[in-house]
Amino acid sequence: MLAKRIIPCLDVKHGRVVKGTNFQGLQDVSSPVELARFYNEQGADELVFYDIIASFEERALFTDALTEVASSVFIPLTVGGGIKSVDDFERVLSCGADKVSVNSGALANPDLIDEAAKRYGDQCVVLSADIARVGDGFHVFSTGGRTDTGRDALQWISEGVSRGAGELVINSIDTDGVKGGFDLELLALVCDLVNVPVVASGGAGCAQDFVDLWERVPEMSAGLAASIFHFGEVSISDLKQLLASEGIPIRLL
Amino acid sequence: MNVAIVDYGVGNLYSLTCSFSAIGQDVCVTSDPETLRAADAVVLPGVGAFGDAIDALRATGLDKVVIEIAESGKPLLGICLGMQMLFDKSYEYGEHQGLGLIPGEVRSLKEVVNPDTLVPHIGWNALHLTSGEDVCKDGLEQAGGPLFAEVSEGAYVYFVHSFYATDCAANTIAVTDYDVPVTAAVQKDNVFGCQFHPEKSGKVGLQILTAFCDLIKEA
Repeated sequence: MLAKRIIPCLDVKHGRVVKGTNFQGLQDVSSPVELARFYNEQGADELVFYDIIASFEERALFTDALTEVASSVFIPLTVGGGIKSVDDFERVLSCGADKVSVNSGALANPDLIDEAAKRYGDQCVVLSADIARVGDGFHVFSTGGRTDTGRDALQWISEGVSRGAGELVINSIDTDGVKGGFDLELLALVCDLVNVPVVASGGAGCAQDFVDLWERVPEMSAGLAASIFHFGEVSISDLKQLLASEGIPIRLL
Repeated sequence: MNVAIVDYGVGNLYSLTCSFSAIGQDVCVTSDPETLRAADAVVLPGVGAFGDAIDALRATGLDKVVIEIAESGKPLLGICLGMQMLFDKSYEYGEHQGLGLIPGEVRSLKEVVNPDTLVPHIGWNALHLTSGEDVCKDGLEQAGGPLFAEVSEGAYVYFVHSFYATDCAANTIAVTDYDVPVTAAVQKDNVFGCQFHPEKSGKVGLQILTAFCDLIKEA
């Protein structure tokens, strides 16, 4: 049986991980390579690197960091942030990324999903969507969750999958940063709607939130989080032990 | 000792190359037949669609070199689509002849899994080690054989595929459970194949690549 995945997300700026904090035994928490190795040894099933692009020149710092990670950490790597073209896919895939996540770039140009899926395969194209409740429904937001596109989120997700997105990352703006648990209502709606793997993002505040996620939405493929892992509030190895003890299929090292 | 990865213009070989370097193995990526013949072991990678990949391999003439290496007795490892190409034929978008190095054929997972099961099969799944009766002349000392010498039953590895090898039980050394038992690894004497990606399977993957390299000494 396929294991449920635990995915830490690393925001990278100027070639350094932002938001990192103290870990025992880790000297440089802002080094993408050191943090990637640390999470790998803890049992992370995949790593997401989010490129916080400030300028064209800084892209090289990001790809250098990615190249170095890919040469020493042998688990799947997903890259997101500022992906606007098939050339952007090529740039990060050639540095060792396995999957590429698109968000605002796909909202601005939905054909990007079709083009990338045709060239690299559906499994390579991850559609990441920032979603919040507006009125009676859900809207998808662009530019890092700052701009309401006015588009119905579920309709956008369906369109993305039919265009060739092989996986979805659903970021709930409403639960993000609140640390009160994942947005189970939204995630259950999305899982009912699509037949591709869905990654839950936004709201995890403690290990129990992941247990609740899979008890309430067992179809969910993965749980993604950033700060609770970076700040050491939840250790990935402890979290996976807990999930396994709850009978959730998990890869233990 | 040198491992050569066959470069026939399909897919990105960066992680695979790095994974051999990480275990201290000299490795090169090449499309040169002489370099492949001179290598101590050869890896046949592959991503994408079967027809495109086997056409690309044939267009470069490297299909004959790969068959020659298999017949020479040197260790040969096909990975993912590279494993699927070792078989007789594939039914991925039409019907395509494979290299015919291991008996069996390649079919869509959709034909065998439950209708609501996701295809492609992507993610970490557990290995169940087996002993196909035609894996090697004298039979295997232990389930899984030499490729899985350091790997425990139930270890997780990383899969990304929509098609799978079937009618190959006699050469199967590992399966994984995805509604049905799915061929995860095969062996016929010195020819090995992994449906999963050892270069993306963490420590377990590196143990498998190390075991493959250890076969060079024995060969």
